Amino acid sequence: MARLFEYQSKRLLKASGIPVPAGSVASTPGEAREAAARVGKPVVLKIQVWVTGRKGLGGIQFAETPEEAEEKARALLGMKVKNFVVDKILVEERLKIKAEYFAGLVLDDAEKRPVLVFSPSGGTGIEELARLHPEKIFKIPVNILKGLREFETRNLLIRAGIGGNLLVKLADVLARLYHVACQNDARSAEINPLVLTEDEAVFAADCHLVVDDYAVFRHPEMGIEVAREFDRPPTELEKIAYKVEEKDYRGTFYFFQMAEKNLRAEPYIGFHGAGGGGSMMSMDAVLNRGFRLANFCDTSGNPPASKVYRAAKIILSQPGIRGYFASGSGVASQEQYHSARGLVKAFHEECLAVPAVIRLGGNYEEKAKEILRTYLKELPVPVEGYGRDDTPEMCAGRLEELIAKNPGRFHSLRPIEDPVYPANGYGFDILTGKLSIDHAKCAGCKTKGCVEACAPRILKLEEGRPVLAIPAEDARRGKCTECLACEIFCKFHEQDAIFIHLPIPGLKEYRDEGIREESTESE
Amino acid sequence: MSILVNETSRVVIQGITGREGVVRAQLMKDYGTRVVAGVTPGRGGQEVYGIPVFDSVAEAWEKAGPIDISVIFIPAALVKNAALEAMDAGVRLLVIIPDRVPIYDVLEIAAVAGEKGARFVGPNTLGLISPGKAVLGMIGGRAESAREWFRPGPVGVSSRSGGMTSAISYYMTQAGLGQTTIVHVGGDAIIGLSHPEVMELFNEDPETRLAVMFGEIGTTQEERVAELIEGGKFRKPLVAYIGGKAAKSGTRFSHAGAIVEGSRGSYETKVKRLKDAGVHVVDAISDIPKKALEILNQIA
Repeated sequence: MARLFEYQSKRLLKASGIPVPAGSVASTPGEAREAAARVGKPVVLKIQVWVTGRKGLGGIQFAETPEEAEEKARALLGMKVKNFVVDKILVEERLKIKAEYFAGLVLDDAEKRPVLVFSPSGGTGIEELARLHPEKIFKIPVNILKGLREFETRNLLIRAGIGGNLLVKLADVLARLYHVACQNDARSAEINPLVLTEDEAVFAADCHLVVDDYAVFRHPEMGIEVAREFDRPPTELEKIAYKVEEKDYRGTFYFFQMAEKNLRAEPYIGFHGAGGGGSMMSMDAVLNRGFRLANFCDTSGNPPASKVYRAAKIILSQPGIRGYFASGSGVASQEQYHSARGLVKAFHEECLAVPAVIRLGGNYEEKAKEILRTYLKELPVPVEGYGRDDTPEMCAGRLEELIAKNPGRFHSLRPIEDPVYPANGYGFDILTGKLSIDHAKCAGCKTKGCVEACAPRILKLEEGRPVLAIPAEDARRGKCTECLACEIFCKFHEQDAIFIHLPIPGLKEYRDEGIREESTESE
Repeated sequence: MSILVNETSRVVIQGITGREGVVRAQLMKDYGTRVVAGVTPGRGGQEVYGIPVFDSVAEAWEKAGPIDISVIFIPAALVKNAALEAMDAGVRLLVIIPDRVPIYDVLEIAAVAGEKGARFVGPNTLGLISPGKAVLGMIGGRAESAREWFRPGPVGVSSRSGGMTSAISYYMTQAGLGQTTIVHVGGDAIIGLSHPEVMELFNEDPETRLAVMFGEIGTTQEERVAELIEGGKFRKPLVAYIGGKAAKSGTRFSHAGAIVEGSRGSYETKVKRLKDAGVHVVDAISDIPKKALEILNQIA
C-alpha cells in the first residue's frame, strides 16, 4: 500500500477544503527558517517519515522564532529514525489545542463497504481506547453508489455527543474526508488528531492517507515511485524492478530486497517464487536449511517469458549470492515452459556460475524441465529442474548439496552490454523490446525451426528466411507474446541468428556502479 | 452436486480474444464447460475456438441465449466496466480473473451486485472448478492437466492462494480424495465471495462431506468462518491451514484499520478462533489430506 507523507496528505485535504495549519515542507534548515517566518507565529517542526510515535522519538520539536526553527531543523534533518533518514520536515503553526478528535475512513472487507469512523477522544492511544472503550468509537458504513449524505455525518456526530456550532464544522470535515478518500483511491484516510483550537477553529493537525497500489496509475500527480508497502525507502534495484512491473500488465512481478550489501558474509540465496502461498512455503524451506534470502521475488499470474527473464536478471544483479532457488506452489496452472525459457535466456546471458534449483511444477512441467535440462547443461554448475511431486523441502535440500559440492562460488556482476544489430539485419518491435534476425546467418539454417517454435505463429518464410507473417504493428501491440521460443531454438539448434532485446531501464547503470564498488572493495 | 458451477451452467467469456482469453477459452471448452459466447467490443462476428464472439454481453444474451456466468479476462483498469455490463445484461455470477483491480472499483462492483442479487468470485482469482463438470477461469491451465489433478469426490476446497488451491487439491486427489468444487476466492483484500460465503454454499451442498480451507493472514475471512460455525451455519467438518505464520505481522500504519478490525487478521488470532470453533487446523500442507482422510473414515 502506497503511503503518503503527512505533508502530502495535508495538501490533498487542503485542496478539498479541510482546514490544515498554515505551514510548508522544508528540506534544509534555511527553508525551515523561511517557512517559520512565513507562518509568523510559534511553529511546530515534524519529521516526515513513515513511523508512528514521532513525538517519543524526538521527531517533533517546537520553535518560537524563525531562528530557533532553523536551529531545530538542523538537528532533525539527517536524523536516523528506524529505517529512514529524515530528509523533509513539516513546519507549521503551533495550534492552541482545546480538544482532540479522531476521524477516519477505512474499507471493511466483511461488508465490502467504506466505513466512516469518529471518536470524540482522539490523539495518541486511539487504538487502546478502541480496545478498552469500544463505546467511544462511532462508525457508519457508506453506500458507495449513493455517497455520503450530510445528515449521515451529522447523525454520527450527534451519537458521539457533539452539538452546536461544532457539529456543523465537524460534519463538514467528515463529508470532505470521505470525498478526499474516494477521489484519491485511499485504502484508509485518517485525521488524528482533528483539533478544536482555543478560538473554536477546527484543523486537521495530523493526517495519513494510504493509497491503493492498484490505483496509483490514476494519480501520477502523487509522484509515488514504488506503489508497494515498505517500512523503509525503496532501494535502487527495487525501483528498477518496479518500473518493469509498472509497464507490463501481463502477470505479476514483485521484488524486494531483504539484504543489500556485503552478501558474501552470510550464505545468501537469490529467491524467485511464484504465487504468494507457494512462495512463503518455499521460503520457509530454504530458510530451514540455514540459508538467508537476499531478496523476495514473485512472478505469477501467467507472466510471459520476458517478464520472468527480467525478474531473473534483477535477482542476478545481487553480487555475492551462492545459489538461485525458484519455487512456487508446485501445481501451477500457468504454462511453466514460459518461466523455463525466461530463466534459460537470463542464465546464459549471465553465465550463471552458482548452483540453481528450479521447481516448476504444474501445467506442462515435463516440457519446462526438459527445457532447463537441454539448454542449461553447459553451464559451469548444475541447474536442476523439479516438478509437482517434489517437495520444496527436498528441493531446498538439493540446493544445499549442490552448494556444498561447489564451494567458494559467489555470483558476481556482469555488465549489461548494449545490443549490436547486424548491418542490413531484419527486425521488428515487440511489446516490451525488439526482435532482430541476422538474415545473413539464416543461409546456413537447415531446419527453419524458428517458424515452428513460434507459439503465436507470427513468423513465415520468405526466400528461405523468417519474417513477420502479420503487420508489424500487431507484433508490437502484443501478438508477439515474447515467449522466447524462436530465439532459444535458433541459439541452440541453429545459427544463433535471432536476438530478442528486452531492456531493463536503469539496470545497466546499476550494475556498472555495483561493479565499480566490487572492484574498489577487492583492492 | 457441486456449488456455483456445473455442466449445465451457460457461460460467457468477456475478453475472449485477448492473450489469456483465447488460451483459457480452450481450457474451459475442452474440459466441458458450456461456453456459449465470447465478448470483445469491436470483434463481433469472429469465432474463438468455435465460440461465437459478440460486441456486448447484451448482444450475446440475445443471440446465444440466457447466460448464467461471465468469466472476465480484461485488463484490470477496465474490469469495473465489464463487470457492470455483465450484471446489467442479467448475468448473476461473475468470475473476475485479473489481478490489480483498483479497490474502489471492487467496492462499486460489490454494491451493484448487492442491489441486483448477483455474486462474484475474485478479483485476482484463478477461478473455480467442479471436477468432471466444468471449469471457470484458468485453474488447471489446460483440460488435460485439470482432469489429471482434480477428481470428483466429497471434499469442498476454498483457498486464498491461487497456486495452493491447485496444490492442495492435487494432493487430495493423490490421497484418493476427490472434490465437489474447488474455489480460489482471490488474493485481494476485498473480494466477492469470501471463505465464509463459500462455506455456507458447501454447507448446503449434499455431496460435500468435508471442507478444506487455505487461509492467510490479513482480512477477517477466517474469523468470520469461525463465527459462522458458532452460529450453526456451517455444520460439516473443516480442515484449515493458515499461511503467513513467518511473515512479518503487525506492520500496520492505519489506526482506523485497527479500530475496525481489532486484533483480527493476525496468524495467532485466526488459528485460535478457528480451533475454538472446532476446526481442525493443521501446521503443514502435507497434513491436510491425512487429516481429511482420518475424519472421513471416522464419519463412515
